[in-house]
Order: sequence, then structure tokens, then C-alpha cells
Amino acid sequence: MDLSYYPGCTLKTAAKGLEDSAIASMNALGIRLVEIERWNCCGTVYSLAEDDLAHHLAPVRNLIRVKEQGSDRVVTLCSFCYHTLKRANLLVRNDGEKRKTLNDFMEEEVDYNGEVEVLHLLEVLRDEVGWEAITEKVKVPLQGLKVAPYYGCTLLRPQDVAIDEVERPTILHQMMKSLGAEAVDFPYATECCGSFQIVGNPDFINQRAWEILSSAIRCGAEAIVLTCPLCHFNLSQRQPELVKRYSDFQGMPVFYFTQLLAIALGIDPEVCHFELSYGDPFSLLKSRKVVS
Amino acid sequence: MRIQISSRTLQSDFVKKVTEISGQDLLACNQCGKCSAGCPMCFAMDLLPNQIIRLAQLGLEEDIAASKTVWLCASCLTCTVRCPRGVDLGRVMEAIRLITLRKNIDYVGAAKIPKDTISELPQIALVSSFRKHTA
Repeated sequence: MDLSYYPGCTLKTAAKGLEDSAIASMNALGIRLVEIERWNCCGTVYSLAEDDLAHHLAPVRNLIRVKEQGSDRVVTLCSFCYHTLKRANLLVRNDGEKRKTLNDFMEEEVDYNGEVEVLHLLEVLRDEVGWEAITEKVKVPLQGLKVAPYYGCTLLRPQDVAIDEVERPTILHQMMKSLGAEAVDFPYATECCGSFQIVGNPDFINQRAWEILSSAIRCGAEAIVLTCPLCHFNLSQRQPELVKRYSDFQGMPVFYFTQLLAIALGIDPEVCHFELSYGDPFSLLKSRKVVS
Repeated sequence: MRIQISSRTLQSDFVKKVTEISGQDLLACNQCGKCSAGCPMCFAMDLLPNQIIRLAQLGLEEDIAASKTVWLCASCLTCTVRCPRGVDLGRVMEAIRLITLRKNIDYVGAAKIPKDTISELPQIALVSSFRKHTA
């Protein structure tokens, strides 16, 4: 089965490991992710102002690309892209006046009325592939790996874009179990890491990251699994700073959900681009003998 | 918190602007404090989120402008999903930021960020920061 796929900017650079491991894993599960043509940046954040329609143009244009290419569904891997495309789509569907203004402004484009369905890859794994089918395809069960699912914000809030229970999500837990790993609960699983404040207020984000990672360690996790490239940057790439700053912190591997999927499906770990992660995730997998 | 209210503040068009841009009914808030209880950035804030909405109800624009709170909000929307009165505080915070940004006043200056830092940061961080914190 082919599925239209919107990558977003960061998946082509810092989050290459998210993209390549997802494409390879989905191939192994019988779904080909077909990158849409002429896509543009989604704008990363959804405009929250009633009088700001200009910032909805970028996500809506991407949905028009999907429609033009004859597809009625698009899947995203990045949590921010999912959020922005999904909310812009709901706006177009539910607000006739704004839909007309947007379509009038984009006179060079075909009219868009919300025909496309926006999905996150986790939804495809849960609803179309299914956890049992994934377990059947697992070649290397992640036996003994204690991993804490960290959900972040944009897949869960607000309610109308949530892919799971807003306050008590389990979708990543279920996925980890389907791969043979142990999902560790911890109290920061749905708390924001501080997001883009890493640019303007990095000190506060260091504190947030340290609190989140230390809490997962205290609850018995040896790694974090997440979906969002910005959470990954704040919680993984920034760890050298945390190790310097907090004497009790010695680092912790952080995985994208698709990296663990690829490893469990027996795919060459090269697709995971572990060189782009801090905390040596590859060594942890080696110590569990799931990679050699 | 002691606040001074005068006819000047109550008649300011600040309340009207915040209401228009956010699309939210500020007076629906009854100060239960749930937004502040769940806010992941409140440890760094000088005024709590519920205090911001109270000041906004009263039209005390200068007190809000003197606080860093709206600039520390990461739009995680925890307050939005938990508000028992249906106030989307994420939108109120955005409206207050925009009133400043639309005067062409940036919170984050792209030119002031060291070159090394820029090259380390992924696009997702830079674009979202500039979207939220620059005019």
C-alpha cells in the first residue's frame, strides 16, 4: 500500500534518523511512504490569533499538494508538522468564512475544502497495521529494554487533534510492548519540555530537560522514546550541557519511536543515524544484544 | 497581589484588543488557578498564568507588559485542555504577545544569537521561536 507522506524540514537534517528508520520500517510492514512533491515548511506552530490567516497558508498549501497528487490522506512523522497540518485542516473544514478567504487569496491554487485526512504515523501503526501484526514481524524482540514513553504536547493537545487520551496516553506504551520492550511510566510523560524556548531561554529548558530525564531514571527507565524532533533536541542533543551542569546526571539514551521499530524489525541500524543522537543509544542496544 | 485600578485602565482598549485577537471571553475566568497549577514553565514566571488573565480582565496592560510571563509560555496548551471554564489561555497569551510584536518589538533578536548556536539549532526550534517571538 502507498501512503502520501509529508516530511517537514527537520527530518531532512537533525532528524534524519526519524525519517530513514520510518521509511525502512514501513517498507518492511508493507506500506510505502511516498513523499509529496513541492512541499513547503508547515510553519512549525499553528497560529492562535483569530485575525491571523496568513500563517495558515503554509500548511494549507501542503494539503493542496496532497489533493493535487490524487491522495486523500497524508501521514506525518514530526509531531509539530502533524499538529500544524491537522489544525489548519480542521479550520478549513469548520470555518466557512475563513476557508473562503484562504481560497480567494490562493487564487493560483485549486480550491481546498478539507478533503485530505491528516494522520500521524503512530495512528497508522495502531489502526492500520495493528500491534499484533507488528509483533508477528518482530525479528529481534527488545527484551529487557526499559524505556519511558515521552509524549510531549503536540500529538495530544488540544483535544480535537489528540491521537490518544489527552491526560493518560498509552499509544507509545502499546507500541513498545509490541516490540518486546518494557514501557516505564513516569510523571513527566505528557509535560512540555519547553519547546522553542530553547532559543530565547535556554537555561530554563536545561532545567526542564534535567527534571524530565531524572524523573524517568528514578522510575527505572534506561532510555526515553519520543516522537518529536524538538523534544529530541532538548532532551538528547542538549545533554552535554546537562552533564556539565548537574553533577547527578550522567546522560541517558533518547530514541525516536521509529528507531526502535527498525531495530526490532531487524533492519540495518544505519537507517537510525544514531550518530545524530547524544547518550550513545547504540551501546545500550548492544548491551541488550539486540544489535551486533 | 495588590493592584491599583483606575478609570483609565478600565476604559483602555487593551481588553477589547485581547478579546478580539484571542476570540476568548476573559470574564469567563473565575480564577480557580488550574492553569497555573499545571503550567510547566511557571517555575520561571514572575506572574502566574491566572494572574495574567486577571490583570487582562482589569485592563492593566502596563503590569502585563512589565512581566516576562507571556514570553515564557511555550504554547503547550496544558492550561487550554484543563480550563473548567473553557477559556483557551494559550490564545490569550498569544494575543498579548502579538499586541507587543505588532508594534515591531521583538523578544528574540535573531542577530543577537551567536553563530555557533544558530548552526546547532534544528530548523524546528528556530522557525518556531521566530514565529512566536519576532514581529
